[in-house]
Amino acid sequence: MNLTRRHLLLLLPAAGVAWKYILAGNPEAAPNYDLSEHWWSMLIDLPKCIGCGNCVRACQTENEVPDGYFRTWVERYHVSDYDIENPVVDSPDGGKKGFPPTKDGSGKNFFVPKLCNHCADSPCTQVCPVGATFISPDGVVLVDKKYCLGCRYCVQACPYGCRFISPKTNTAEKCTLCYHRITKGLTTACCENCPTGARQLADLKNPNDPIHEFLKTHSVQVLKPYMATHAKVYYNGLDGSVR
Amino acid sequence: MSSFKDAGHLFRLAAVFLAGVAAFLAIRGFLVPKSFGEYGHYRGDAVREMAVRPINYAGHQTCETCHTDVLDKKKDGRHARVNCEACHGPLARHADDPTSEQPAKLDTSLLCPRCHEANAAKPKGFPQVVTAEHSSGLPCDTCHQPHSPAIAAGGAK
Repeated sequence: MNLTRRHLLLLLPAAGVAWKYILAGNPEAAPNYDLSEHWWSMLIDLPKCIGCGNCVRACQTENEVPDGYFRTWVERYHVSDYDIENPVVDSPDGGKKGFPPTKDGSGKNFFVPKLCNHCADSPCTQVCPVGATFISPDGVVLVDKKYCLGCRYCVQACPYGCRFISPKTNTAEKCTLCYHRITKGLTTACCENCPTGARQLADLKNPNDPIHEFLKTHSVQVLKPYMATHAKVYYNGLDGSVR
Repeated sequence: MSSFKDAGHLFRLAAVFLAGVAAFLAIRGFLVPKSFGEYGHYRGDAVREMAVRPINYAGHQTCETCHTDVLDKKKDGRHARVNCEACHGPLARHADDPTSEQPAKLDTSLLCPRCHEANAAKPKGFPQVVTAEHSSGLPCDTCHQPHSPAIAAGGAK
C-alpha cells in the first residue's frame, strides 16, 4: 500500500495532542482546601428571620448580581386562618429594600428567605446538554460560564426558580454558595450579613459543625421534598403553606 | 483468489475511515479542555475559576483582629452576634488597605429601621418600634449606642 505516508501525515496532529497531554501536568489546586472533605449545605432558622433584606443586598454586592435578578430573595407569607392552602406571597424587589408594613395582621405572617437548594440530585444539572452546570465534589451546584450556551433548560428545570439568564453574559446564573468565600474558610455573604443568625452555612462532612446537633434536636424540612431533589437547604420551623 | 483481485478499494476505504477517526480525535483533543472529566462531566478548572474570585466582605474575624475595642463594647450587648459588615457594608478593601479605604459614616435614622421598624410579619420577640412614634425622625444613636444598644439607666431597655 502506498497510503502509509498520507496516513502518517494525518496522524501527526493526533500525536501532537497526545504529546501536549503528556507535557502538561495537572493545574494547581486551591491550597489547604480539599474538595473531598466538605459537603456544603445551609440552615435557615425561619423563626429568626426579620425580613430586613440584608442577605439579598449582601449577595448582590458580593456577586455583582444584576438589578432585578436574584440569587437569593426573601418572600413574605400571609396565611389566612380560613384558607391555609392559598397563602398570599409578596416579595417586593426580592425583599432587597425590606418590606412595607404588613397590612393584614391576622392569621400567620412570616418571612421565608430562598436561594438555590444545592440539591444532591439536582434536576438542573441533569438537563444541561453541554456539561456547563454540575455538582462540585463538595456539594455545590455551579455553572461554568465559559461552557454555558444560555439554552435555558436548567432555568425551567429548577423546581425552586433559583436560576436566571444573566442579561450581561446571556448565560445561566445562580447562587454559588459564595464558592469563592467558603473555599477560603469564610462563610457566605448572606450568612455573614444576617443580623439574627437566621441563615447559617453548614458543612455536613464536618463532624464538629453545629448543624448535626441542630438537625437532631429540631423539626427540620426541605422545600418540595416530593420532588426528590435531596435539597440541602434545611428550613427550621417551615410552615406547610410554603411552596 | 480472483474474488480478492480488487481488494485495494477496501483498503482505501479503511484508510479514509481511519483518517476520519484520526481527524476527529485530533480536533476533539484541541477543543476539549484538559481538565474536562477531572471530577465529572464538566471542566475541573471551572471549579477552581469559581474559587479564585475576589471577596467583597472581609468577614468579622478579619475586622476583629484590629477593632478589638468594638468587640469589647459589643460582647455583652444585644448586638453581640451582629457581624460588623451587616451594618458597615462590604469592607474587604478597607481590610486590605486600612488607611486609604475608609468606611462611610452611617445614618442611624435610616440604618436601624431596616431591622427594627415594626412589621407584623417579624417574629414577636424581636425588638421593633414604629420609628415615627418612637423617635420622630431623630437619629437612633442620639440615645442608643449602636454597638450595645440597651439604654443603661432611666431609659427603656
